[in-house]
Amino acid sequence: MLLGTLLSASAVAETAGADSALNLRRGATDISGQVYDLHMLMFAICVVIAIVVFGAMFISMFLHRKSRGVKPANFHESVKVEIAWTVIPFLILVFMAVPAARTLIAMEDTTEPDLTVLVTGSQWKWHYKYMDTNVDYYSLLATQREQIENKFSKGENYLLEVDRPLVIPTGQKVRFLITSDDVIHSWWVPDFAVKKDANPGFINEAWTKVNEPGVYRGQCAELCGKDHGFMPIVVIAKEPAEYDAWLNEQEEIARREKEEEQRLLAMSMSKEELMSVGERVYNSTCASCHQPNGEGLPGAFPALKGSKMVLEDIEGHIDIILHGKSGTAMQAFGNMLSLKEVAAVVTYERNAWGNDTGDVIQPKDVNAVATGE
Amino acid sequence: MSKANDVISPDSAAPEHDDHHDHHDHIPKGITRWLFTTNHKDIGTLYLWFAFIMFLVGGAMAMVIRAELFQPGLQIVEPDFFNQMTTVHGLIMVFGAVMPAFTGLANWLVPMMIGAPDMALPRMNNWSFWILPFAFLILLSSLFMEGGGPNFGWTFYAPLSTTYSGDSTALFVFSVHIMGISSIMGAINVIVTIFNMRAPGMTWMKMPLFVWTWLITAFLLIAVMPVLAGAVTMVLTDKFFGTSFFDAAGGGDPVMFQHIFWFFGHPEVYIMILPAFGIISHIVPTFSRKPLFGYASMVYATASIALLSFIVWAHHMFTTGMPLFAEMFFMFATMLISVPTGVKVFNWVATMWRGALTFEVPMLFALAFIVLFTIGGLSGLMLAITPVDFQYHDTYFVVAHFHYVLVTGAIFSIMAAVYYWLPKWTGKMFDITLAKWHFWCSLISVNVLFFPMHFVGLAGMPRRIPDYSLQFADFNQWISLGGFAFGLSQLIFLALLIKACRKQGEPVSDQVWEGAHGLEWEIPSPAPYHTFETPPVVK
Repeated sequence: MLLGTLLSASAVAETAGADSALNLRRGATDISGQVYDLHMLMFAICVVIAIVVFGAMFISMFLHRKSRGVKPANFHESVKVEIAWTVIPFLILVFMAVPAARTLIAMEDTTEPDLTVLVTGSQWKWHYKYMDTNVDYYSLLATQREQIENKFSKGENYLLEVDRPLVIPTGQKVRFLITSDDVIHSWWVPDFAVKKDANPGFINEAWTKVNEPGVYRGQCAELCGKDHGFMPIVVIAKEPAEYDAWLNEQEEIARREKEEEQRLLAMSMSKEELMSVGERVYNSTCASCHQPNGEGLPGAFPALKGSKMVLEDIEGHIDIILHGKSGTAMQAFGNMLSLKEVAAVVTYERNAWGNDTGDVIQPKDVNAVATGE
Repeated sequence: MSKANDVISPDSAAPEHDDHHDHHDHIPKGITRWLFTTNHKDIGTLYLWFAFIMFLVGGAMAMVIRAELFQPGLQIVEPDFFNQMTTVHGLIMVFGAVMPAFTGLANWLVPMMIGAPDMALPRMNNWSFWILPFAFLILLSSLFMEGGGPNFGWTFYAPLSTTYSGDSTALFVFSVHIMGISSIMGAINVIVTIFNMRAPGMTWMKMPLFVWTWLITAFLLIAVMPVLAGAVTMVLTDKFFGTSFFDAAGGGDPVMFQHIFWFFGHPEVYIMILPAFGIISHIVPTFSRKPLFGYASMVYATASIALLSFIVWAHHMFTTGMPLFAEMFFMFATMLISVPTGVKVFNWVATMWRGALTFEVPMLFALAFIVLFTIGGLSGLMLAITPVDFQYHDTYFVVAHFHYVLVTGAIFSIMAAVYYWLPKWTGKMFDITLAKWHFWCSLISVNVLFFPMHFVGLAGMPRRIPDYSLQFADFNQWISLGGFAFGLSQLIFLALLIKACRKQGEPVSDQVWEGAHGLEWEIPSPAPYHTFETPPVVK
């Protein structure tokens, strides 16, 4: 029965092709193709070994049953046979090791990249920074909360969609520098055969060279806390010309955002606007730990509702959002949120869920804390 | 193997000798019998029941996990509680079910197999069992603390288990310490017993294989449990006392945690499978009516596996960013392990070859073990290949692999052992109809449960996630159904064991099974409370 399962599995795997629900993907790079071939070679060898071993076993179970009236033999060792089944497996291993080593050496060669992207994991999102440009951004899960809670029907790319995908050019060697701001994450895109841990305080390297334009999806592969299952990766590979146009556009947007930020410092926003922006920022950034009702998770994440810091200490409140609190899960959001967004979320937290302080925080107040004035 | 046939004056045949306290089969009554017992058979029974209860508790947690994963979306539990379930399920199954079950078997069988009256250190034996329930009470009670129990996986990688964990981490650390102390005491007891208390004539190369594999296992335990104790202690001080062993900001290294953990963790894997190899090496010859093929090479293969287990740990860490040289070394070393493991499987098949096979329940479990453990071994060989491991690592392919070697490997071997020796322990044949139902239900459901995990893993489903994308939905439904069926099947086993303990069933002969050989089959059934007070002589 099991043998049959194995055989049918191999048959299905052969016919189902690259995007099978049963097998590894061939992927989008030369390396991922090599890895796929290696996987199929290993699988074939294992199936052959299984057929030989289980075959001998089943023949014995059929032919050498006591109910057939057989008399048991009494042999219990044979030096020749035992040497044979030690040496032959060893030779098979050598045969496997050669292509495996060759592929591994190619995978670990991160030299001479055309482009480098710094990938930083944090609970529970990815940050991409294009080295030698001013472009950097966070990439968050884009699936609606309601889909996860089964209130809306689930979309095609449920849990595998993000707000801002990573964009890379095709045909160029892209090097990833991978690290983390908090716990260990692992950046995995199956179609590239790239899976590398993001270790806090250390930088790992990986690379890929994508052949075909397309959208490639992956997930965090190392348990990183509560929302480990909700930090997907989406990579869009574009033709180099399209990629260059995209990058220029992003640089322009980054420049304009900075100017907008400066302009905001001079003016005041209304409480209504701050509250509505604040609610959006809170629900997308803060609510996964502190909960939508501000009550936190006792013992793990503190409540903001009725919190002493939120009710009294404005400067401390802004500071902990900008810089985080070391030794706890509270991370620094200064790089992720704009001055306006921090101002909004502080205002929201100080006026929501019965925290009726009436405080209104402006971007310039946040800037004052950020620059230490 | 069957060289222990010619026994002169086994204790049962010569009941009259100079024994002043004459406590022959004077069995204490009531709860104090179990609390204060220093009898290896009583302690073996305690260990086995404790392991079975923990198996059911850990299994209940697996049911929670499979219920949540029955459909995409979050239905039953919150992600944080889901993580607590995967963590505590792993800890309980490893430290609460598999390891105590093997220790229980060692307690019952090692003295009877080597012709010793009891374990060498009976009071320590009592202690090493009785601290265990407290360890698991502490661990389980932490689930009810504010902030919940441990939620960082049974591998407790730093800094998730240090800076980012809840306060219950202290309880987790304390309970792992107690489990470790218990295991070390148990291991010392096995080693001292085997070294000093073998019957005259029981030379090293006449020892039954269960004794050999447990002896080697005990050395592995003593070597690595202190390493685990060091790891949890560093987690404790990093979290509560401001040290930075695993924190780069203070000069530490989170990857170093993984090196330390897996230096314990990989030998630990063999701690959970070597005694299984021993058990299968008893059962297959009995029901093949033919001596074990390659006894000496079995011993050498076990020792080789144990030695190799110390130089392969980093194959759990290929994605952590090791240098190329280290990746190569650990890949080749890991591949080498398949050689001695293959020798064992070939020897079992050669033992069956041209035997006279019958298929009693222990043999059914042993045959299932050989096939299913080999499947787990072959996927292990695939996982050893570093470039492909980058794709398999931390997916359900790995989950499938280690459940094939641990559930259909270690746990099936424990069930085989219980069915094989239970009639000797109780003196009555167990309910064969129930046992066959238990076997076939378990065999079918366990494969529905774990086989499709290979497919979802290859298709890209990461492990330890409470929710998944839609492409994995169909297989996960099958997996969950298989899981519920496998869980329910164990209730058949529970019913059977209760009947057996009430001494229901047909009385059995001393040898119990037609082809069984060894000292334990020459004492009466049920085994008297005290055996071999005068050592037998083995020729």
